[in-house]
Amino acid sequence: MIASIIDWLTSSATWSGEGGLGARIVEHLWYSVLAVAVAAMIAVPLGLWVGHTGRAKWLVSVANSLRAVPTLGLLFAVALWLGPKIQGDLAFLIPSIVVLVILVIPPILSGVYAGVEAVDPAARDAARGMGMTGGEVVRQVEIPNALPLMLSGLRSAFLQVIATATVAAYVGLGGLGRYLIDGIKTGDYVSTAGGAIVVSVLALVVDGVLALVQRAVVSPGLTGRATRRRRAEGDRAVDGPGTNSRNPDARSVATGMSAPADEVAPSADQTRSSTSTRQ
Amino acid sequence: MKRMTSVLALSTAAMLGLTACGGGGSDPLSSDSPSGGSSAGSGGSGGAVVVGSADFPESELLAEIYAGALKAKGINASTKPRIGSREIYLKALEDGSIQAIPEYTGALGFFYDKNFKETDPDKVYTAVEGLLPDGFQMLEKSAAEDNDSIVVTKETADSQSLKTIADLKGKAGSMTLGAPPEFQKRPQGIPGLTATYGVTFKSFRPLTGQALVQALKNGQVDAANIFTTDPSIAENGFVSLEDTEKLFGSQNIVPLVAKDRAEELAPALDPVSKALTTEKVAELLKQTVVDKKDAADVAQTFLKENNLG
Amino acid sequence: MTWVNDHWGDIFTLARSHVWLAGLPLVLGLLIALPLGWLARRWSRLYPVLISASGLLYTIPSLAMFVLMPLVLGTKVLSPWNVVVAMTIYTIALLVRTVADGLGSVPEATLQAARAMGYKGFRRFFGVELPLAVPVIAAGLRVAAVSNVSIVSVASLIGVAQLGNLLTDGYDRYIPEEIVAGIIACVVLALVFDGIILGVQRLLTPWVRAQGARS
Repeated sequence: MIASIIDWLTSSATWSGEGGLGARIVEHLWYSVLAVAVAAMIAVPLGLWVGHTGRAKWLVSVANSLRAVPTLGLLFAVALWLGPKIQGDLAFLIPSIVVLVILVIPPILSGVYAGVEAVDPAARDAARGMGMTGGEVVRQVEIPNALPLMLSGLRSAFLQVIATATVAAYVGLGGLGRYLIDGIKTGDYVSTAGGAIVVSVLALVVDGVLALVQRAVVSPGLTGRATRRRRAEGDRAVDGPGTNSRNPDARSVATGMSAPADEVAPSADQTRSSTSTRQ
Repeated sequence: MKRMTSVLALSTAAMLGLTACGGGGSDPLSSDSPSGGSSAGSGGSGGAVVVGSADFPESELLAEIYAGALKAKGINASTKPRIGSREIYLKALEDGSIQAIPEYTGALGFFYDKNFKETDPDKVYTAVEGLLPDGFQMLEKSAAEDNDSIVVTKETADSQSLKTIADLKGKAGSMTLGAPPEFQKRPQGIPGLTATYGVTFKSFRPLTGQALVQALKNGQVDAANIFTTDPSIAENGFVSLEDTEKLFGSQNIVPLVAKDRAEELAPALDPVSKALTTEKVAELLKQTVVDKKDAADVAQTFLKENNLG
Repeated sequence: MTWVNDHWGDIFTLARSHVWLAGLPLVLGLLIALPLGWLARRWSRLYPVLISASGLLYTIPSLAMFVLMPLVLGTKVLSPWNVVVAMTIYTIALLVRTVADGLGSVPEATLQAARAMGYKGFRRFFGVELPLAVPVIAAGLRVAAVSNVSIVSVASLIGVAQLGNLLTDGYDRYIPEEIVAGIIACVVLALVFDGIILGVQRLLTPWVRAQGARS
């Protein structure tokens, strides 16, 4: 089995052609990037606004309760509802993208919100004291300070969307999910396993690239350590060297409301595997 | 208001389900052991029978009919609906998870022999008998047939003057075919269309069930692989292209069972096969797919009408 | 709502399977993640290894995980254990980090106080560290619960029945109401799981309320 999976992965026949692995990877990335981009256009401004004004925090809770909605069901519902209304091949693309967008709004929104919320009030006051307008505070203080958590949310979104975009193959979309669904339908477990491995690798590669981006764009003056320690105080007094100190800030955002409100942060954090090792 | 109460009731039901699991005794996780154990070793009668089904409505309906007929003969039968495609449920029959499943003669032939050539119903049946693995056995086949077909809309048929699959030659190059994913690789699927008719479509869109029907209706696909008994063909005025070369062969409905249970199941299932006709299956299928009736209810009514239930 | 009203029995049966398929892995996953998280905490070199490994597991698409389980486990293709084991793996992937971080969140001063009072080894772990880590672990468990309930519905594509069957059947037979019912039932189930974990957490950590509403 393992040998045949390796054969499958390394065979040129697997990679070439219209339905080949190369083309499927490109499709898969395209769906993922499109979904995250659309979701970010909605969630980033919203998160900034909620974090900046402190108003409508329930939006974050509502977005998080969306996590409980089964993706498969949402996909079927949207496909049946939207599919017949759209002409051409977009009828397959749009429903799946809509569902993926809904899937990744929560991690992005909670990342942005948690990031802005965690900005040191003193820094904000200082900026106001210097005569900055509200917009300037957002652009020059809150966004740069919130960047690490915002990017964490984004990375978490990418990990989720890359793994989940596979289910969209069930409603006729391409991407790497084709190998899973078609493999199951035809009893060809080698391509199912091979496709799954490619999905995992793709998720890790994208996460790695984003980790580098994160390192590059986050202000060097903002190691994150200073602000985090302050927020983490309640949870842990002493933090041993080499341990991960990223979680508490996000977690403390949790509003403790019913429902999955307070997963916001942990999951934004947890689904993101490898970061802690690289930091 | 009514909706509200229903939502509330739904949540209560879910809660009850949750608490019920604490009561023990009804652990669904243990469900696979009794059925598996009985067929693996006992090699004879007695024990529960699980009738599986593929993941399309007709198969579910037939499974309910089989299970109902078995129960009427005092056999402890249950169904395991929507297992998946042939490649999966035959594995389930092999490992003893199920003991019977509704099948189609020609499809079995193609499954076990990529170069399967027989098209006459009786010859197909005999040939398939020779191809089946040791532990499997077909009971009596029904005259009822549900074949694959290539279907187009009335407009496409008229404008392209299509009557048979052969007419697609030269035209399919600009058309998209919609079909379940497995159609792409099966010998009587896309490879068969090319080999037998020289028909090659521009592109392939993997779709199932109602989504496929919708896609054909809305023009996202120009031709679709839909079963001949599918009520949506009549409902939407689709045109089913004639299979002049008998690519799809004969697809008589037949119960495929575990060999060691065949003797015990035949008295209940053979009369069912006799009672089923292509028209009857189409009519019953319309009740589940178009009228949204439950397969089990439709099956019960059918069995009662035929003194089988 | 006619479809729903006619199918309470089915919804109920499917919901019960769903509870098992999503709930049992939570318990198993927690039981396995506890020692793993403790190890990761105890030997800080293990931490990155365990965290990366669990993160890697979480990127495996659920559909593939379900399908490949019989090949890995040697189970029957329709065995519900395929789903239970796969979901347990996801649960562990989510919880190892939470457990490690939860144990890490216990203040050093508290541990020293416990040591001074003679708490050692297992007694210190079960008597001091674990109870204090409950809030963080419970938060992780709630994430896992919601995620499990959602992922289990995919098992319908491999022939293991649960609420996801309402989704696939509704899709194939074009019954939107059935799909919506399936979605609502899943969400309700997720909320119930969430509520139960929250309730157990409160029972286990009475001191949190005694302190009053922190922050």
